[in-house]
Amino acid sequence: MSRKYHVATTVNGDEYEYLCEPQQTLLDILRDELMLTGTKEGCGTGDCGACTVMVDGTMICSCLMLAVEADGRKVETIEGMAKGEELHPLQRSFLELNGSQCGICTPGILIAAKALLDRNPDPTETEVRYWLAGNLCRCTGYDKIIRSVLAAAREMRGA
Amino acid sequence: MISLKYEAPSSLGDAIALLARASGTSRVLAGGTDVIVQMETDLIEPDLVVDIKKIPELREIAMENGGFRVGAAVTGMELTHHQAFCNAWPGVVDGVKLIGSMQIKGRATMGGNLCNASPAADSVPALIAAGAIARVAGPDGTRDVPVEGIAIGPGKTSLRKGEIVVSFLLPPRPPHSGDAYLRMTPRTEMDIAVVGVGVNVTLDADGVCTAARVSLGAVAPTVLLVEEAGAALAGTRLDGPALERLAQAAAAACRPIDDKRGTREYRIKVAGVLARRAAALALERARQHQ
Repeated sequence: MSRKYHVATTVNGDEYEYLCEPQQTLLDILRDELMLTGTKEGCGTGDCGACTVMVDGTMICSCLMLAVEADGRKVETIEGMAKGEELHPLQRSFLELNGSQCGICTPGILIAAKALLDRNPDPTETEVRYWLAGNLCRCTGYDKIIRSVLAAAREMRGA
Repeated sequence: MISLKYEAPSSLGDAIALLARASGTSRVLAGGTDVIVQMETDLIEPDLVVDIKKIPELREIAMENGGFRVGAAVTGMELTHHQAFCNAWPGVVDGVKLIGSMQIKGRATMGGNLCNASPAADSVPALIAAGAIARVAGPDGTRDVPVEGIAIGPGKTSLRKGEIVVSFLLPPRPPHSGDAYLRMTPRTEMDIAVVGVGVNVTLDADGVCTAARVSLGAVAPTVLLVEEAGAALAGTRLDGPALERLAQAAAAACRPIDDKRGTREYRIKVAGVLARRAAALALERARQHQ
Protein backbone atom coordinates (compact mmCIF):
# COMPACT_ATOMS: atom_id res chain seq x y z
CA MET A 1 0.00 0.00 0.00
CA SER A 2 1.07 3.51 -0.74
CA ARG A 3 1.04 5.92 2.12
CA LYS A 4 -1.89 8.33 2.31
CA TYR A 5 -1.52 12.05 1.85
CA HIS A 6 -3.52 14.66 3.71
CA VAL A 7 -4.91 17.36 1.44
CA ALA A 8 -6.74 20.57 2.35
CA THR A 9 -8.45 22.27 -0.54
CA THR A 10 -11.34 24.56 -1.42
CA VAL A 11 -14.08 23.26 -3.69
CA ASN A 12 -16.77 25.71 -4.82
CA GLY A 13 -15.86 27.94 -1.89
CA ASP A 14 -16.18 25.21 0.74
CA GLU A 15 -13.15 23.91 2.58
CA TYR A 16 -12.52 20.20 2.33
CA GLU A 17 -9.93 17.87 3.75
CA TYR A 18 -9.30 14.37 2.47
CA LEU A 19 -6.79 11.56 2.56
CA CYS A 20 -5.68 10.23 -0.82
CA GLU A 21 -3.23 7.81 -2.30
CA PRO A 22 -0.67 9.37 -4.62
CA GLN A 23 -1.94 7.66 -7.76
CA GLN A 24 -5.52 8.86 -7.21
CA THR A 25 -6.61 11.65 -9.51
CA LEU A 26 -8.53 14.76 -8.53
CA LEU A 27 -11.44 13.27 -10.50
CA ASP A 28 -11.37 10.11 -8.34
CA ILE A 29 -11.56 12.17 -5.16
CA LEU A 30 -14.21 14.60 -6.39
CA ARG A 31 -16.51 11.74 -7.34
CA ASP A 32 -15.73 9.01 -4.83
CA GLU A 33 -14.71 10.91 -1.67
CA LEU A 34 -16.42 14.28 -1.90
CA MET A 35 -19.44 12.78 -3.72
CA LEU A 36 -19.39 15.62 -6.24
CA THR A 37 -20.50 13.39 -9.11
CA GLY A 38 -21.44 16.20 -11.49
CA THR A 39 -17.91 15.96 -12.89
CA LYS A 40 -17.84 12.97 -15.25
CA GLU A 41 -15.21 10.50 -16.32
CA GLY A 42 -15.17 9.89 -20.06
CA CYS A 43 -11.82 8.70 -21.38
CA GLY A 44 -9.58 9.11 -18.33
CA THR A 45 -6.72 10.22 -20.61
CA GLY A 46 -7.41 13.93 -21.18
CA ASP A 47 -8.94 13.57 -24.63
CA CYS A 48 -12.66 14.12 -23.98
CA GLY A 49 -12.98 16.99 -21.49
CA ALA A 50 -15.92 15.44 -19.57
CA CYS A 51 -13.96 15.89 -16.32
CA THR A 52 -13.16 19.59 -16.90
CA VAL A 53 -12.89 21.66 -13.71
CA MET A 54 -11.26 24.96 -12.81
CA VAL A 55 -8.19 24.93 -10.57
CA ASP A 56 -7.01 28.37 -9.41
CA GLY A 57 -8.87 29.89 -12.35
CA THR A 58 -7.37 27.62 -15.03
CA MET A 59 -9.44 24.94 -16.70
CA ILE A 60 -7.97 21.49 -16.64
CA CYS A 61 -8.91 17.84 -17.01
CA SER A 62 -9.35 16.56 -13.46
CA CYS A 63 -8.40 13.05 -14.67
CA LEU A 64 -4.91 14.42 -15.41
CA MET A 65 -4.22 15.99 -12.05
CA LEU A 66 -3.25 13.98 -9.01
CA ALA A 67 -5.52 14.54 -6.02
CA VAL A 68 -2.48 15.30 -3.87
CA GLU A 69 -1.62 18.22 -6.17
CA ALA A 70 -4.87 19.98 -5.17
CA ASP A 71 -3.48 20.80 -1.70
CA GLY A 72 -3.99 24.52 -1.05
CA ARG A 73 -5.67 25.10 -4.41
CA LYS A 74 -9.10 26.45 -5.32
CA VAL A 75 -11.20 23.96 -7.28
CA GLU A 76 -14.47 24.86 -9.01
CA THR A 77 -16.83 22.20 -10.35
CA ILE A 78 -20.24 22.16 -12.01
CA GLU A 79 -21.89 21.94 -8.59
CA GLY A 80 -20.82 25.52 -7.94
CA MET A 81 -22.20 27.01 -11.15
CA ALA A 82 -25.82 27.66 -10.15
CA LYS A 83 -26.43 30.14 -7.33
CA GLY A 84 -28.74 28.04 -5.17
CA GLU A 85 -31.90 27.53 -7.23
CA GLU A 86 -30.87 30.13 -9.80
CA LEU A 87 -29.23 28.59 -12.84
CA HIS A 88 -26.31 30.24 -14.61
CA PRO A 89 -27.33 31.77 -17.98
CA LEU A 90 -25.32 29.04 -19.72
CA GLN A 91 -27.26 26.33 -17.90
CA ARG A 92 -30.58 27.98 -18.80
CA SER A 93 -29.51 28.34 -22.40
CA PHE A 94 -28.52 24.65 -22.64
CA LEU A 95 -31.95 23.72 -21.26
CA GLU A 96 -33.88 26.01 -23.58
CA LEU A 97 -31.98 25.15 -26.76
CA ASN A 98 -31.46 21.44 -26.04
CA GLY A 99 -27.69 21.86 -25.81
CA SER A 100 -27.64 18.71 -23.72
CA GLN A 101 -28.56 15.29 -25.13
CA CYS A 102 -27.38 12.32 -23.04
CA GLY A 103 -25.76 14.83 -20.70
CA ILE A 104 -22.43 13.16 -19.97
CA CYS A 105 -20.37 15.83 -21.71
CA THR A 106 -22.54 18.72 -20.46
CA PRO A 107 -20.89 19.55 -17.10
CA GLY A 108 -17.45 19.73 -18.72
CA ILE A 109 -18.78 21.81 -21.58
CA LEU A 110 -20.52 24.23 -19.21
CA ILE A 111 -17.33 24.71 -17.19
CA ALA A 112 -15.29 25.24 -20.37
CA ALA A 113 -17.87 27.58 -21.91
CA LYS A 114 -18.01 29.67 -18.73
CA ALA A 115 -14.21 29.93 -18.76
CA LEU A 116 -14.43 31.22 -22.34
CA LEU A 117 -17.19 33.78 -21.64
CA ASP A 118 -15.42 35.01 -18.49
CA ARG A 119 -12.46 36.02 -20.65
CA ASN A 120 -14.25 36.80 -23.91
CA PRO A 121 -17.89 37.87 -23.53
CA ASP A 122 -18.42 38.14 -27.30
CA PRO A 123 -16.76 35.15 -29.00
CA THR A 124 -17.37 34.27 -32.64
CA GLU A 125 -18.79 30.87 -33.52
CA THR A 126 -15.31 29.81 -34.69
CA GLU A 127 -13.78 30.90 -31.38
CA VAL A 128 -16.37 28.87 -29.47
CA ARG A 129 -15.72 25.80 -31.63
CA TYR A 130 -11.93 26.01 -31.16
CA TRP A 131 -12.20 26.70 -27.43
CA LEU A 132 -14.44 23.63 -26.98
CA ALA A 133 -12.29 21.39 -29.21
CA GLY A 134 -11.22 19.46 -26.12
CA ASN A 135 -14.80 18.66 -25.10
CA LEU A 136 -16.18 15.72 -27.03
CA CYS A 137 -19.91 15.03 -27.39
CA ARG A 138 -20.55 11.49 -28.61
CA CYS A 139 -24.22 12.26 -29.29
CA THR A 140 -22.56 14.74 -31.71
CA GLY A 141 -24.98 17.51 -30.87
CA TYR A 142 -22.31 20.13 -31.45
CA ASP A 143 -24.48 22.53 -33.36
CA LYS A 144 -26.93 22.95 -30.48
CA ILE A 145 -24.07 23.19 -28.01
CA ILE A 146 -22.47 26.03 -29.95
CA ARG A 147 -25.82 27.81 -30.35
CA SER A 148 -26.50 27.48 -26.63
CA VAL A 149 -23.13 29.05 -25.77
CA LEU A 150 -23.62 31.91 -28.22
CA ALA A 151 -27.16 32.57 -26.94
CA ALA A 152 -25.94 32.64 -23.33
CA ALA A 153 -23.15 35.03 -24.34
CA ARG A 154 -25.72 37.35 -25.92
CA GLU A 155 -27.89 37.26 -22.82
CA MET A 156 -24.94 37.88 -20.50
CA ARG A 157 -23.88 40.87 -22.58
CA GLY A 158 -27.43 42.21 -22.29
CA ALA A 159 -27.64 42.26 -26.07
CA MET B 1 0.86 -3.94 -5.34
CA ILE B 2 1.43 -0.30 -6.05
CA SER B 3 3.67 1.52 -3.62
CA LEU B 4 4.04 4.99 -4.95
CA LYS B 5 5.61 7.96 -3.22
CA TYR B 6 4.80 11.56 -4.15
CA GLU B 7 7.18 14.39 -3.32
CA ALA B 8 6.84 18.08 -4.13
CA PRO B 9 10.10 19.74 -3.08
CA SER B 10 10.39 23.52 -3.15
CA SER B 11 14.06 23.59 -4.12
CA LEU B 12 15.91 22.28 -7.14
CA GLY B 13 18.59 20.74 -4.94
CA ASP B 14 16.02 18.70 -3.02
CA ALA B 15 14.37 17.51 -6.26
CA ILE B 16 17.72 16.38 -7.68
CA ALA B 17 18.65 14.61 -4.43
CA LEU B 18 15.33 12.75 -4.37
CA LEU B 19 15.72 11.58 -7.96
CA ALA B 20 19.42 10.80 -7.63
CA ARG B 21 19.05 8.51 -4.63
CA ALA B 22 15.78 6.86 -5.77
CA SER B 23 15.85 3.15 -6.42
CA GLY B 24 13.32 1.71 -8.82
CA THR B 25 11.39 3.76 -11.34
CA SER B 26 10.99 7.47 -10.79
CA ARG B 27 9.31 10.15 -12.85
CA VAL B 28 9.39 13.92 -12.86
CA LEU B 29 5.88 15.38 -12.75
CA ALA B 30 5.41 18.72 -14.48
CA GLY B 31 1.99 19.15 -16.14
CA GLY B 32 1.30 15.43 -15.94
CA THR B 33 -0.47 15.30 -19.30
CA ASP B 34 1.82 12.48 -20.42
CA VAL B 35 3.05 10.99 -17.11
CA ILE B 36 -0.41 10.62 -15.53
CA VAL B 37 -1.80 9.08 -18.73
CA GLN B 38 1.10 6.59 -18.71
CA MET B 39 0.38 5.78 -15.06
CA GLU B 40 -3.38 5.44 -15.63
CA THR B 41 -2.89 3.13 -18.60
CA ASP B 42 -0.24 1.05 -16.73
CA LEU B 43 2.48 1.90 -19.25
CA ILE B 44 4.63 2.88 -16.27
CA GLU B 45 4.42 1.98 -12.59
CA PRO B 46 6.70 4.47 -10.89
CA ASP B 47 7.84 4.09 -7.28
CA LEU B 48 8.50 7.82 -6.96
CA VAL B 49 6.92 10.87 -8.56
CA VAL B 50 8.69 14.19 -8.01
CA ASP B 51 6.41 17.17 -8.66
CA ILE B 52 8.65 20.04 -9.76
CA LYS B 53 6.01 22.77 -9.91
CA LYS B 54 6.87 24.22 -6.50
CA ILE B 55 10.44 25.03 -7.57
CA PRO B 56 10.53 28.77 -8.37
CA GLU B 57 13.10 28.72 -11.20
CA LEU B 58 11.03 26.18 -13.13
CA ARG B 59 7.97 28.44 -13.08
CA GLU B 60 9.38 31.80 -14.25
CA ILE B 61 9.57 33.66 -17.55
CA ALA B 62 12.37 36.25 -17.35
CA MET B 63 14.59 38.34 -19.62
CA GLU B 64 18.23 37.26 -19.61
CA ASN B 65 20.90 39.10 -21.64
CA GLY B 66 18.32 40.26 -24.15
CA GLY B 67 16.78 36.79 -24.55
CA PHE B 68 14.07 34.92 -22.70
CA ARG B 69 14.58 32.29 -20.03
CA VAL B 70 11.46 30.18 -19.72
CA GLY B 71 11.06 27.75 -16.83
CA ALA B 72 10.53 24.16 -17.93
CA ALA B 73 7.31 23.89 -15.88
CA VAL B 74 5.68 27.07 -17.21
CA THR B 75 2.32 25.95 -18.63
CA GLY B 76 1.27 26.41 -22.23
CA MET B 77 -1.51 28.76 -21.10
CA GLU B 78 0.95 30.93 -19.16
CA LEU B 79 3.35 31.12 -22.10
CA THR B 80 0.68 31.96 -24.66
CA HIS B 81 -0.52 34.81 -22.43
CA HIS B 82 2.96 36.34 -22.13
CA GLN B 83 2.69 39.13 -24.69
CA ALA B 84 6.41 39.97 -24.98
CA PHE B 85 7.30 36.32 -25.51
CA CYS B 86 4.53 35.91 -28.10
CA ASN B 87 5.84 38.96 -29.99
CA ALA B 88 9.42 37.66 -30.01
CA TRP B 89 8.73 33.98 -30.77
CA PRO B 90 5.38 33.55 -32.54
CA GLY B 91 6.54 30.26 -34.04
CA VAL B 92 7.33 28.73 -30.65
CA VAL B 93 3.92 29.91 -29.45
CA ASP B 94 2.29 28.38 -32.57
CA GLY B 95 3.78 25.05 -31.53
CA VAL B 96 2.69 25.36 -27.89
CA LYS B 97 -0.85 26.32 -28.96
CA LEU B 98 -1.15 23.01 -30.83
CA ILE B 99 -0.43 20.90 -27.73
CA GLY B 100 -3.85 19.41 -26.97
CA SER B 101 -6.97 21.23 -25.86
CA MET B 102 -7.29 24.37 -23.74
CA GLN B 103 -7.61 22.04 -20.72
CA ILE B 104 -4.35 20.29 -21.64
CA LYS B 105 -2.57 23.61 -22.17
CA GLY B 106 -3.67 24.63 -18.68
CA ARG B 107 -1.26 21.97 -17.41
CA ALA B 108 1.14 20.95 -20.19
CA THR B 109 4.67 22.37 -20.22
CA MET B 110 7.48 22.71 -22.78
CA GLY B 111 9.80 20.85 -20.43
CA GLY B 112 7.42 17.91 -20.37
CA ASN B 113 6.81 18.07 -24.10
CA LEU B 114 10.59 17.79 -24.63
CA CYS B 115 11.31 15.14 -21.99
CA ASN B 116 8.41 12.91 -23.06
CA ALA B 117 10.63 12.58 -26.15
CA SER B 118 7.87 12.02 -28.69
CA PRO B 119 9.14 12.64 -32.22
CA ALA B 120 5.80 14.38 -32.86
CA ALA B 121 6.05 16.84 -29.91
CA ASP B 122 4.64 20.10 -31.24
CA SER B 123 6.74 22.61 -29.29
CA VAL B 124 10.08 20.95 -30.00
CA PRO B 125 10.69 21.73 -33.73
CA ALA B 126 10.09 25.44 -33.09
CA LEU B 127 12.40 25.40 -30.03
CA ILE B 128 15.13 23.71 -32.07
CA ALA B 129 14.66 26.16 -34.96
CA ALA B 130 14.85 28.99 -32.40
CA GLY B 131 18.25 27.71 -31.23
CA ALA B 132 16.89 27.25 -27.71
CA ILE B 133 19.27 25.90 -25.07
CA ALA B 134 17.98 23.65 -22.30
CA ARG B 135 19.52 24.14 -18.84
CA VAL B 136 19.91 20.76 -17.20
CA ALA B 137 20.63 20.44 -13.48
CA GLY B 138 21.72 17.24 -11.80
CA PRO B 139 23.86 15.71 -9.05
CA ASP B 140 27.05 16.69 -10.92
CA GLY B 141 26.03 20.30 -11.45
CA THR B 142 24.46 22.26 -14.25
CA ARG B 143 24.99 21.92 -17.99
CA ASP B 144 23.54 23.74 -20.99
CA VAL B 145 22.41 21.48 -23.83
CA PRO B 146 20.93 22.48 -27.20
CA VAL B 147 17.31 21.30 -27.27
CA GLU B 148 18.13 18.89 -30.13
CA GLY B 149 20.53 17.11 -27.75
CA ILE B 150 17.86 16.01 -25.24
CA ALA B 151 15.75 13.37 -27.02
CA ILE B 152 17.69 10.38 -28.34
CA GLY B 153 14.79 8.17 -29.44
CA PRO B 154 11.06 7.76 -28.92
CA GLY B 155 10.51 8.12 -25.15
CA LYS B 156 14.26 8.24 -24.45
CA THR B 157 16.40 11.21 -23.41
CA SER B 158 20.07 11.88 -22.81
CA LEU B 159 19.30 12.99 -19.24
CA ARG B 160 21.29 11.10 -16.61
CA LYS B 161 19.93 9.83 -13.31
CA GLY B 162 18.86 12.72 -11.13
CA GLU B 163 18.93 15.29 -13.93
CA ILE B 164 16.05 17.71 -14.58
CA VAL B 165 15.47 20.17 -17.42
CA VAL B 166 15.16 23.44 -15.49
CA SER B 167 14.59 26.05 -18.19
CA PHE B 168 15.04 27.07 -21.80
CA LEU B 169 17.09 30.04 -22.97
CA LEU B 170 15.85 31.61 -26.19
CA PRO B 171 18.53 33.84 -27.65
CA PRO B 172 18.18 37.61 -28.22
CA ARG B 173 16.19 38.44 -31.35
CA PRO B 174 18.03 40.54 -33.98
CA PRO B 175 15.83 42.95 -36.01
CA HIS B 176 13.99 41.37 -38.97
CA SER B 177 13.70 37.93 -37.40
CA GLY B 178 10.71 35.64 -37.68
CA ASP B 179 9.80 32.07 -36.89
CA ALA B 180 6.93 29.72 -37.66
CA TYR B 181 5.74 26.22 -36.88
CA LEU B 182 3.27 24.34 -39.05
CA ARG B 183 2.07 20.82 -38.71
CA MET B 184 0.04 18.46 -40.87
CA THR B 185 -2.85 16.67 -39.13
CA PRO B 186 -6.07 15.26 -40.59
CA ARG B 187 -8.04 17.29 -38.02
CA THR B 188 -7.49 20.95 -37.14
CA GLU B 189 -7.36 20.35 -33.36
CA MET B 190 -6.72 17.54 -30.88
CA ASP B 191 -4.47 15.52 -33.13
CA ILE B 192 -0.87 14.32 -33.34
CA ALA B 193 1.47 15.70 -36.00
CA VAL B 194 1.97 13.60 -39.14
CA VAL B 195 4.71 16.09 -39.98
CA GLY B 196 5.76 19.25 -38.13
CA VAL B 197 8.15 21.92 -39.40
CA GLY B 198 9.78 24.78 -37.50
CA VAL B 199 11.59 27.53 -39.41
CA ASN B 200 13.45 30.52 -37.95
CA VAL B 201 15.04 33.20 -40.14
CA THR B 202 16.86 36.50 -39.69
CA LEU B 203 17.14 39.00 -42.57
CA ASP B 204 19.52 41.92 -43.08
CA ALA B 205 18.28 45.45 -43.84
CA ASP B 206 18.07 44.56 -47.56
CA GLY B 207 15.93 41.49 -46.94
CA VAL B 208 18.67 38.92 -47.48
CA CYS B 209 18.59 35.96 -45.10
CA THR B 210 21.62 36.00 -42.82
CA ALA B 211 20.71 33.01 -40.64
CA ALA B 212 18.17 30.21 -40.88
CA ARG B 213 17.39 27.11 -38.88
CA VAL B 214 14.93 24.41 -39.90
CA SER B 215 13.65 21.56 -37.76
CA LEU B 216 11.38 18.64 -38.67
CA GLY B 217 9.10 16.67 -36.36
CA ALA B 218 7.39 13.27 -36.77
CA VAL B 219 9.63 12.15 -39.66
CA ALA B 220 12.39 10.37 -37.69
CA PRO B 221 12.89 8.75 -34.25
CA THR B 222 13.65 12.21 -32.84
CA VAL B 223 12.86 15.77 -33.89
CA LEU B 224 15.57 16.71 -36.41
CA LEU B 225 17.67 19.83 -36.87
CA VAL B 226 18.17 19.90 -40.66
CA GLU B 227 21.27 22.00 -41.29
CA GLU B 228 21.11 21.54 -45.09
CA ALA B 229 17.61 23.00 -45.10
CA GLY B 230 18.77 26.07 -43.17
CA ALA B 231 21.75 26.41 -45.50
CA ALA B 232 19.38 26.41 -48.50
CA LEU B 233 17.87 29.67 -47.19
CA ALA B 234 20.96 31.49 -45.91
CA GLY B 235 22.21 34.15 -48.34
CA THR B 236 18.94 34.18 -50.31
CA ARG B 237 15.79 36.29 -50.32
CA LEU B 238 13.74 33.14 -49.78
CA ASP B 239 12.74 33.28 -53.43
CA GLY B 240 11.34 30.40 -55.47
CA PRO B 241 14.60 28.52 -56.14
CA ALA B 242 15.69 28.84 -52.49
CA LEU B 243 12.36 27.49 -51.26
CA GLU B 244 12.67 24.61 -53.74
CA ARG B 245 16.13 23.76 -52.38
CA LEU B 246 14.70 24.00 -48.85
CA ALA B 247 11.89 21.58 -49.74
CA GLN B 248 14.35 19.12 -51.28
CA ALA B 249 16.69 19.29 -48.27
CA ALA B 250 13.77 18.80 -45.88
CA ALA B 251 12.44 15.79 -47.80
CA ALA B 252 15.94 14.29 -48.04
CA ALA B 253 16.36 14.41 -44.25
CA CYS B 254 13.19 12.42 -43.51
CA ARG B 255 13.47 8.88 -42.16
CA PRO B 256 9.81 8.36 -41.27
CA ILE B 257 7.83 5.36 -40.24
CA ASP B 258 4.68 4.09 -41.97
CA ASP B 259 1.76 4.13 -39.59
CA LYS B 260 -1.96 4.78 -39.41
CA ARG B 261 -1.42 8.52 -39.40
CA GLY B 262 0.67 8.67 -42.56
CA THR B 263 2.71 6.57 -44.95
CA ARG B 264 6.43 7.06 -45.39
CA GLU B 265 5.97 8.54 -48.89
CA TYR B 266 3.25 10.91 -47.70
CA ARG B 267 5.31 12.21 -44.78
CA ILE B 268 8.33 12.86 -47.01
CA LYS B 269 6.23 14.71 -49.56
CA VAL B 270 4.44 16.78 -46.90
CA ALA B 271 7.71 17.67 -45.14
CA GLY B 272 8.87 19.53 -48.25
CA VAL B 273 5.55 21.29 -48.76
CA LEU B 274 5.23 22.34 -45.11
CA ALA B 275 8.86 23.52 -44.96
CA ARG B 276 8.16 25.84 -47.84
CA ARG B 277 4.97 27.19 -46.23
CA ALA B 278 6.60 27.61 -42.81
CA ALA B 279 9.51 29.48 -44.41
CA ALA B 280 7.07 31.82 -46.18
CA LEU B 281 5.30 32.56 -42.88
CA ALA B 282 8.61 33.06 -41.05
CA LEU B 283 9.68 35.45 -43.85
CA GLU B 284 6.47 37.46 -43.56
CA ARG B 285 6.96 37.76 -39.80
CA ALA B 286 10.64 38.71 -40.21
CA ARG B 287 9.68 41.53 -42.58
CA GLN B 288 7.24 42.93 -39.99
CA HIS B 289 9.65 42.49 -37.07
CA GLN B 290 11.54 45.60 -36.00
